[in-house]
Amino acid sequence: MNYQAFDAWWWPFLFILIAGWFATDVWRYTGVLLGRRLSETSQVFVLVRAVATALVAAVIARLVVFPSGVLAETALALRIGAAAIGFVAFLLGGQRIAIGVATALAVLLAGMMMGF
Amino acid sequence: MQSLPSGQPKDSTAFLWFARGMRNIVSLPALILMSAFIGFAGFAKESGIDLTHAVFMTAAIWALPAQVVLIAAIQAGTALVPTFIAVTLSSVRLMPMVTTLVPDLRAEKTRTLTLLFLSHFVAVTSWVMANERIGRVPRQHRTAFFAGFAVTLTTLNIIVVAVVYTFSAGIPAMVLGALFFLTPIYFLTSLWATARDHVIKIAMVLGLALGPVFYLVAPKFDLLLAGLVGGTLAFFIGRRFSAKGKGGGQ
Repeated sequence: MNYQAFDAWWWPFLFILIAGWFATDVWRYTGVLLGRRLSETSQVFVLVRAVATALVAAVIARLVVFPSGVLAETALALRIGAAAIGFVAFLLGGQRIAIGVATALAVLLAGMMMGF
Repeated sequence: MQSLPSGQPKDSTAFLWFARGMRNIVSLPALILMSAFIGFAGFAKESGIDLTHAVFMTAAIWALPAQVVLIAAIQAGTALVPTFIAVTLSSVRLMPMVTTLVPDLRAEKTRTLTLLFLSHFVAVTSWVMANERIGRVPRQHRTAFFAGFAVTLTTLNIIVVAVVYTFSAGIPAMVLGALFFLTPIYFLTSLWATARDHVIKIAMVLGLALGPVFYLVAPKFDLLLAGLVGGTLAFFIGRRFSAKGKGGGQ
């Protein structure tokens, strides 16, 4: 029973609802129910926040190290280099996000134009 | 467009705070997220997904990694149950994010139903933005403020997907690549800039290092493992190095 299984107009929508919406929002709802009992100053809160942060950091690493689409055709060293230089610029520039983003992008584009 | 409201009435209504939240969509993170959805629209079109399905996905899922995983599964002709498992694994990360946002969001009288509704609009960008900005909002107006920018952000990107899908005949490959790259760099810098204590920074460094390792070892569980292992390690390292006795200080 895959996406193309039935020729009915509603089947792809149902497929997206089950394998997309429910698969995702079930975690959001669980998060709400757990978060209701949590105090902002408790140690459990600090732990869960650390887990959430490490997870997002892993998302960042995946997007840079194992990207999909056009970025996959660029050199790994270029992507890591651009991210690292952008991060250093962000730190040197008084932790301004725009500086980090602009620098990383400039390095990436320059590298792509040079064929990396 | 960043002019501050000069005469703030004392009895600000929920609507006013909703509008104030909405104003945050004129910002760098919102712009970056829109770029990412421009990329997504191009990807969906290339993958042979119908316009209506791509738009529906964006509204119903509202989590870019899950949407990309879903499209990859559709393309591969994967069956419903394995697709569900793949998508749900990519979305587990939303649980700890929502869990930590809820104590920041709710006031005494906030109903659970309101929080459940709002949780649908939590994704990485809105979470990072909320961490950045929600602290400045009086507690009783936080749900209205969050709804203002998060619901608007979702709505706007649904429109972006529809428009870009329709007109995206020729976005140059290099531009698409650059757009895809904006997102991780924004997450990286914003997360660091808004880290409230050193546990968060340690968790970031560990997550960045462990993520790719677990991706190679256990590609389906990489984010979950990196989060659990990196986060727990950071928690204990942070506790060891922090002076005890000052609970939750800045």
